[in-house]
Amino acid sequence: MFTAMLGEAWHAMGANRMRTFLTMLGMMIGVGAVVMMMAIGEGAQQSIKKSISSMGSNLFIVLSGPPNTAGARSATGNALSLNVKDADAIAELDGIAAVAPVTMGSAQVIYAGNNWNTAVIGTMPSYMEIRDWVIDNGYVFSNSDIRSATRVALIGKTTADNLFGDDTDPVGKTIRIKQSPFIIVGVLNPKGQSLDGRDQDDTIIVPLTTAQRKLFGNQLPGTVRMILVQAESDKAMPQAEEDINSLLRQRHNIREGSDSDFSVRNLTAIANTAAETTRTMALLLGAIASISLLVGGIGIMNIMLVSVTERTREIGIRMAIGARERDILLQFLLEAFVISIVGCVIGILIGVGGAMLVKNFAGTDTVVTTESITLAFAVAASVGIFFGFYPARKAARLNPIEALRYQ
Amino acid sequence: MSNVIEVRHLYKNYQTAAGAFPVLKDVNLIVERGDYVAIMGPSGSGKSTFMNILGCLDRPTAGEYLLDGHQVSLLGGNALAQLRNKTIGFVFQGFNLLARSTLLDNVALPLVYSGVDKRTRHEKAEQVLTKVGLGGYLNSRPNQISGGQQQRVAIARALINDPRLILADEPTGNLDSKTSEEIMQLFDGLNSEGISIVLVTHEHDIAEHAKRQVRFLDGKIVHDSYAQPAVMEVN
Ligand SMILES: Nc1ncnc2c1ncn2[C@@H]1O[C@H](COP(=O)(O)OP(=O)(O)OP(=O)(O)O)[C@@H](O)[C@H]1O
Ligand SMILES: [Mg+2]
Repeated sequence: MFTAMLGEAWHAMGANRMRTFLTMLGMMIGVGAVVMMMAIGEGAQQSIKKSISSMGSNLFIVLSGPPNTAGARSATGNALSLNVKDADAIAELDGIAAVAPVTMGSAQVIYAGNNWNTAVIGTMPSYMEIRDWVIDNGYVFSNSDIRSATRVALIGKTTADNLFGDDTDPVGKTIRIKQSPFIIVGVLNPKGQSLDGRDQDDTIIVPLTTAQRKLFGNQLPGTVRMILVQAESDKAMPQAEEDINSLLRQRHNIREGSDSDFSVRNLTAIANTAAETTRTMALLLGAIASISLLVGGIGIMNIMLVSVTERTREIGIRMAIGARERDILLQFLLEAFVISIVGCVIGILIGVGGAMLVKNFAGTDTVVTTESITLAFAVAASVGIFFGFYPARKAARLNPIEALRYQ
Repeated sequence: MSNVIEVRHLYKNYQTAAGAFPVLKDVNLIVERGDYVAIMGPSGSGKSTFMNILGCLDRPTAGEYLLDGHQVSLLGGNALAQLRNKTIGFVFQGFNLLARSTLLDNVALPLVYSGVDKRTRHEKAEQVLTKVGLGGYLNSRPNQISGGQQQRVAIARALINDPRLILADEPTGNLDSKTSEEIMQLFDGLNSEGISIVLVTHEHDIAEHAKRQVRFLDGKIVHDSYAQPAVMEVN
């Protein structure tokens, strides 16, 4: 019975190919848009998640300079307000797992005639632990390198590729940073993009003391641009933030009521906000795309209404030979359902293809998940049933005599 | 219970803008199993209205109708559909075949609604099509055959569920006299197999095929006999 009906639905669709196709087209576009938009949203969310996990967990960043100036300031001659002793003091606080003072700047790097401008970070070995950053090849410089300010360097993947190409192993090679020779002792494991879109692998890490003395000598001895602080746990973060603030205000002799000369930022909170924003954007994309699905559904309803009117006589004949109301209902419902499901399947293919195009040509990450496909399928099926129901019921409620008399 | 149809004090009004319009006024008719009834009467006398009620396609305004022992007025939509499907075979003046389907599918359609599987459906449809002389046209479509052949297909469709009763409203109305004669011979054969037949016609020589003649006038039965005086009357 059911298969017979399915066959009939198929038959009826074939009788009016152009119309069926146009109706399906609405569905295809709707489903395609939903799948594609969800793929773009999911891609954005996943790349954000990757950036967040590459950042390290439970992080604060303490920046030199008053809170109202955003980010690390370029070397405008301003004295940096933080120093290594501040970092040591923060490390003594309760709930703090690790601390790494950081100074940084951009520098020209040369190897065998290859020139590359990159971000040079001067820091302590603890930086690597805080950021959960490992070495692919070689070793991390030690605290004794800090004490003696040796000229050793860790090199990021992007920088290494640009200076050495694919064939040469950078470890053991000597590069020149701002004319000073440095020996590369390790190659950093790639981390990809940071939350603000920078390539984290385009970098060189050197001992803090070496950076201060040999590279960024115009800065006051011992000062740093920022201090990276890792709390012991998520729960310890609010208290730690307060403690860092009061500790530094006290150390910097800042009177009650006046502005700090530093700022503490909860990186984890910032990351969560970014993730939340992306999620909202993904939802919004999906919601907008769903509207086209709705329009597709209305198209189905429209065509089914026309179909019921056109086939009134047929409905009368079927009733006269024993079709029950629900047989007629099922027949038209099934037809709407088949149109929407076939449209949906093609729409999914279009959506997946579109997502691939976006990935290749726009360079945005897109991820088609099975959930998005299942969702598109479920929605399309419900749309078919929902918008098919009214016309189908109209057909089933027809009076057999009037239907038979209909010309 | 040997009566296929028992109709008592049947009334049917149509609601029009001018108020209730009576079409059937106190119709009484009993058709025994195996009977063969021809209904005649002038246009507008209510014959089709009566047939539609007999066929469970329409409900009377008042009165009692027993079909094969079932009190029709007590039945719901699904039960009526089942009666139309199994107990009654309907043959229309305009054939009423599905243009898009093959003859085989057309004839098998009632079986779809009785939940018969596809193979049995097709076997049975082929059988009845052969019986009405169209065994060679199983996969043709209605527009590829003549009117007489189309009416045979409609009769085959009416027969497929082995009905007790065949109702035919002017089955030869669209056919020439030679083809009409062939169709009537088909009905005669079915009646001799024991199927009760009630048909409406305007033609005396068609009515002569039946055992019993009933005459409608202005919504009432004015003549009912097994002899054939009705034919002799001026129409
Ligand atoms: N749906 C309807 N609404 C109102 N009046 C109707 C309706 N159907 C039929 N009638 C009226 O009922 C009367 C009987 O119609 P019916 O079709 O039963 O006549 P008939 O005897 O079959 O005539 P014919 O021989 O021309 O087929 C007619 O006067 C017709 O106008
Ligand atoms: Mg009539």
